[in-house]
Amino acid sequence: MSLVAVRDLAVARGGMRAVEGVSFSLDRGEALILRGPNGVGKTTLLRTVAGLQPPVAGEVVVGDDSVAYAAHADGLKSALSVTENLRFWARVFGRTDIDAAIAAMNLGGLLERPAASLSAGQKRRLGLARLLVTGRPVWVLDEPTVSLDADSVGLFAAVLRAHLAGGGAALMATHIDLGLGEARVLDLTPYRAKPGKAETPAGFNEAFA
Amino acid sequence: MIALLLRDLTLATRAGGGFGLGLAFFLILCTLVPFGVGPQGGTLALIAPGILWVGALLACLLSLDRIFALDHEDGSLDLLATAPIPLEGVVAIKAAAHWLTTGLPLVVAAPLFGLLLHLPATATPWLVLSMLIGTPALSMLGAFGAAITVGLRRGGLLLSLLVLPLYIPTLIFGAEVIRRGAEGGSTVTPLAFLAGITAAVLALMPFAAAAALRVNLR
Repeated sequence: MSLVAVRDLAVARGGMRAVEGVSFSLDRGEALILRGPNGVGKTTLLRTVAGLQPPVAGEVVVGDDSVAYAAHADGLKSALSVTENLRFWARVFGRTDIDAAIAAMNLGGLLERPAASLSAGQKRRLGLARLLVTGRPVWVLDEPTVSLDADSVGLFAAVLRAHLAGGGAALMATHIDLGLGEARVLDLTPYRAKPGKAETPAGFNEAFA
Repeated sequence: MIALLLRDLTLATRAGGGFGLGLAFFLILCTLVPFGVGPQGGTLALIAPGILWVGALLACLLSLDRIFALDHEDGSLDLLATAPIPLEGVVAIKAAAHWLTTGLPLVVAAPLFGLLLHLPATATPWLVLSMLIGTPALSMLGAFGAAITVGLRRGGLLLSLLVLPLYIPTLIFGAEVIRRGAEGGSTVTPLAFLAGITAAVLALMPFAAAAALRVNLR
């Protein structure tokens, strides 16, 4: 029983089809890395899998409440401290334990600092620690390593490997090599939507989407 | 959901949170009006119900665009949409947080502002009651407007144009309660309408706002 199954998926951005005919599935312990040039539709595909936008065609099958999504914005409140930010997201997902996430992403020395005073890399580490407190099996990650230094990338790769070993799965778009030898790679370039077949607005909603 | 409410309340009281902004605006408005129309008690008492309610609407409007815009900017809204809380619940909680930080202070401070506008003492309980019943509708309608305009540049201006017309029924019946209270007449009818509007808004708007958010998140 796979955690994520995507069949013949087409996604659109701003009313234009980005990629079409994409199929893959993710089992427990598997990671899939999406590659492709800028603008091919990696982010749009990830948002569709996370359920933030509907697919144009095809289907996405994921379990209810199984996806944790992390994108360019980390969802941090600059007026709240590191602990407060993390505890908020833990409580939203109905959990209480944040110590493991703090230890895993090496945030121990920053606990009382307001998020406003963190560096870009530290914010990113906090944003990734949020994935751990959700307790969700499927991680959908959009460029998770942006602004991380080499040590932090290693830290994150270890966290990711532990997540996979614990029966989780990860779907991510990234340009750098995380050193995940076991991860499969899906290049989206061949799935780029054919030009000239631009999606005509299907109706009022599409026209103004 | 409690966590979200507590976070929004915490954020409102932290630096730059905007807590008290509406209240200060209301205070300034109520002190400016006597300068504008003259200090004659008779004139002021006549227009006080309308001024008080218009002031409440505008004070409410000040902080509306923050309901979703800030969460949209920092990505929290995407994450909340994938969280186990239904989006309708998110809308209701955020409107409740807005009311607690903007509407409730207005209700509490309303008697003082009534005094500034020479509102007869007999009307003060009706002022508080009408504000208490009416202002939740302002926050919830505002959340709907904020959901529609989330992600738009300068969405706050558009938000005002969208939301103010929706406030008209609350304004009419809210001011009518105070006016009749001041004259010693029966306030049952306008109060019933005011409560009915609020109840309908609270029941329906979370769904409309959540649908608008879903479209805007695409």
